Amino acid sequence: MLKYSLKRLLSAVPTLFLLITFAFFLIRIAPGGPFDSERALPPEIEANLEAKYHLDEALPLQYLRYMWQIAQLDFGPSFHYLDWTVNDLIAQGAPVSFALGGLALLLALAIGVPIGAWAALRQNRVADYTVMSIAMIGISIPNFVMAPLLILLFAITLGWLPAGGWAFTPSRMALPVVTLALPMIAYIARITRGAMIEVLRSSFIRTARAKGMPEKTILFQHALKPALLPVISYLGPAAAAILTGSVVVERIFTIPGIGSYFVQGALNRDYTLVMGVVILYGVLIILFNFLVDLVYAWLDPRIRYDEQEA
Amino acid sequence: MRFLPGLLALLMVACGGDRSEVEEPSAPRLPQPVELELDDQGRPLPSVLADEQVIHRGNGEEPQTLDPHLAEGVPSANILRDLFEGLTTTAPDGRIVPGAAAHWDISRDGLVYTFYLRPEGRWSNGEPVTAEDFVWSWRRVVDPASGAAYGRMLAPVVNAGEIFAGRLPAEELGVTALSPTSFQVRLNDPTPYFLGLLTHPTTYPVHRASLEAYGSAHVRPGNLVSNGAFRLLDWQVRSRIELEKNPHYRAADSVIAERVVLYPFEDENTEFNRFRAGDLHWTYQVPNNQFRWLQRNMTEALVVAPWFGTYFFSFNLNRPPFRDNLPLRQALNLAIDREILTEKVTRFGEIPTYHLIPPGLPDYESPIPEHADWTQDERQAEALRLYRQAGYSEDEPLTVELRYNTSENHRKIAVAVAAMWKDVLGVRTRLINEEFRVFLQNRAQGRVTEVFRAGWIGDYQDAFTFLELFHSEHGRNDAGYDNPRFDRLLEQIAGERIPSRRRNLMAEAERILLADQVVLPVYVYVSKRLVDPRLRGWDNNIMDYHLSQHMYLLRERDPASPLQVTDEN
Repeated sequence: MLKYSLKRLLSAVPTLFLLITFAFFLIRIAPGGPFDSERALPPEIEANLEAKYHLDEALPLQYLRYMWQIAQLDFGPSFHYLDWTVNDLIAQGAPVSFALGGLALLLALAIGVPIGAWAALRQNRVADYTVMSIAMIGISIPNFVMAPLLILLFAITLGWLPAGGWAFTPSRMALPVVTLALPMIAYIARITRGAMIEVLRSSFIRTARAKGMPEKTILFQHALKPALLPVISYLGPAAAAILTGSVVVERIFTIPGIGSYFVQGALNRDYTLVMGVVILYGVLIILFNFLVDLVYAWLDPRIRYDEQEA
Repeated sequence: MRFLPGLLALLMVACGGDRSEVEEPSAPRLPQPVELELDDQGRPLPSVLADEQVIHRGNGEEPQTLDPHLAEGVPSANILRDLFEGLTTTAPDGRIVPGAAAHWDISRDGLVYTFYLRPEGRWSNGEPVTAEDFVWSWRRVVDPASGAAYGRMLAPVVNAGEIFAGRLPAEELGVTALSPTSFQVRLNDPTPYFLGLLTHPTTYPVHRASLEAYGSAHVRPGNLVSNGAFRLLDWQVRSRIELEKNPHYRAADSVIAERVVLYPFEDENTEFNRFRAGDLHWTYQVPNNQFRWLQRNMTEALVVAPWFGTYFFSFNLNRPPFRDNLPLRQALNLAIDREILTEKVTRFGEIPTYHLIPPGLPDYESPIPEHADWTQDERQAEALRLYRQAGYSEDEPLTVELRYNTSENHRKIAVAVAAMWKDVLGVRTRLINEEFRVFLQNRAQGRVTEVFRAGWIGDYQDAFTFLELFHSEHGRNDAGYDNPRFDRLLEQIAGERIPSRRRNLMAEAERILLADQVVLPVYVYVSKRLVDPRLRGWDNNIMDYHLSQHMYLLRERDPASPLQVTDEN
């Protein structure tokens, strides 16, 4: 297991390297630069700014300089938010996005899995159809529709919750967490249901039933674990995506997470900021996919990475 | 399934926008203020003031920086006007009044300004604000190494141009500290709007010691030392900026607000919701598509006022079809119906315009082109005549590209303009929208543009801020206008110190610009926002400057006895 883990982590290095290289050159292809504005800068000042940020150097040289910088975990100054470095901005925004995303993820699991399992047990009955139709709606309603609806209802009509703004308090976090969690709940419920139905039909469950094992034990000790496998593989990329924030949810609830930087950074040609969040996202994806594989092995005794290799 | 009908009803309400007449959420009940009573100095009586003087203001996008010399854009300027104070400042109605300088002398030739700083002027750490602070700060602005985005604001000062270009050191700038409280500025040309420039953040002093100690981190909370009515208490990026009253401010007694909280918004609907929920006293803008709803339901909060900016289209004069084709440009200009554009498309009370410089300047009147007084039918007939004269007809229509940066509002206007050209002349217009920076680059290069959206908000309160854009060597002259006569006029204006002659020269310059049909003016911008009826102390002004130091909150009227207004004298 240890050997496998080390191998996986080592293979992440070239993946990240390629990601950074592609991202670095791709964003430079976009027309316009970070210092373009409707108020034209005098050429001397523009030249000075470019020199200050080394934008006047040849691109390969800039690339090498950048790689050397990030090797020391220094993501450089932001080109747009002049008073902050990319490290500052990510350090301020990431806790917010992680907290929101993490809570949404937990909420989605806590609701999605039981609902899915319950629907599976009542397969093709009214309860099953009801739950799955609602889940379908949950998946289909995009968050830019759901979020204003929630605000309209809970903040403006009922006045129970704030209409937006950010603080680490339950009232400020409730609506954005729910908005983020709703489609995930729906996905997880559908995946769990499908997997559960399949597991319940498999021979080891039949054996257990034939032995006269109590239905509860069958469900919780035997069926649930393998039924969670597809959920886990969905969670890997989903977790990386949700933890790095959502542009839409951040805009609508004015949340200072890092999701908006993917879009605003690109629009502002804030090269360093875009690179920073892209690298963070890349690292998270790699990390979560690795974790998923580890959890697989734990959930399903048939999976043993090192032995397969031997 | 019972859940569904409710959800659908909600959906219908939410998507209704302003076209639905169905029951929308009722108008929010805004808190009503008590009657304003003033003391003999014109200040509100303490009895009418709310107990908590904390003003919550929506403030557009996250400011790029709080360094007054590097900042550009309205959101950061709004904050900087609260944090810092220039030699002059503005009253609520926009009048220029003494700021850090108590008074000043102007030499007879208009070239030397001597400012007498207030002896009681203090930085937020208690140190006195001195003439030396201004000297050091202004040198920093013109030093190309600082990268001051708006350094050109100081261009009228002696040697500023040479220093920008790197041909002289910053120490050669024409500013001197005659004494700790007298600051002298020497100008190249008499610049009648110079006092107005001094309200711009680029001319504010910065605290040298903090800048030298903290470098670019000098603007962070805890580090920032400023000389304005407020000081920086907290800054959560993309969440909030909190200011508190600066006890060392020279006129701290007259500032009523204890704290000001400024919120950045990336989305106007979000800001609107926060206002409706009672979280904001002042918004930066209003959602464009909510116009009717706002007019019906929030009349007492909706504030719309003329602004010092013009929305126009510009022709690329260096490429066909518009190069050397004046009749064609005139035809396109005459064919559009500005009344329809402002009444049916933009709809917020924008003012249709036929000239470039917005009205409302105290000492300038634009030359009104003749066709402004015609009926739309007359304009269209003339447009058709000119169109034919330019060599086009129904059988051989003009095909043109209309370029704008991606935005719902620009799109609507472009679609309407294209429809008018099609209707009146039969022009085939291809609409091209581009992401903002791509658009700016294409405009500046002028290799692909034909007609493009432009617009300008004046940087200072003078017609010159619009005219100078069309100097053949100006960096934003994206039309590629190159008229030696116009350039010469601009230089004459810069050197003219007799107000009436200067006014005439400027009117002549604008007349030439309009006669050459470099631009196609559409409307005068308006500022539009929602303001809590309890918030007072501000006034509309064309520069749209609203300093928090003038603002205060009135006490809320007791809802139980809404008619307690007894003293109707």
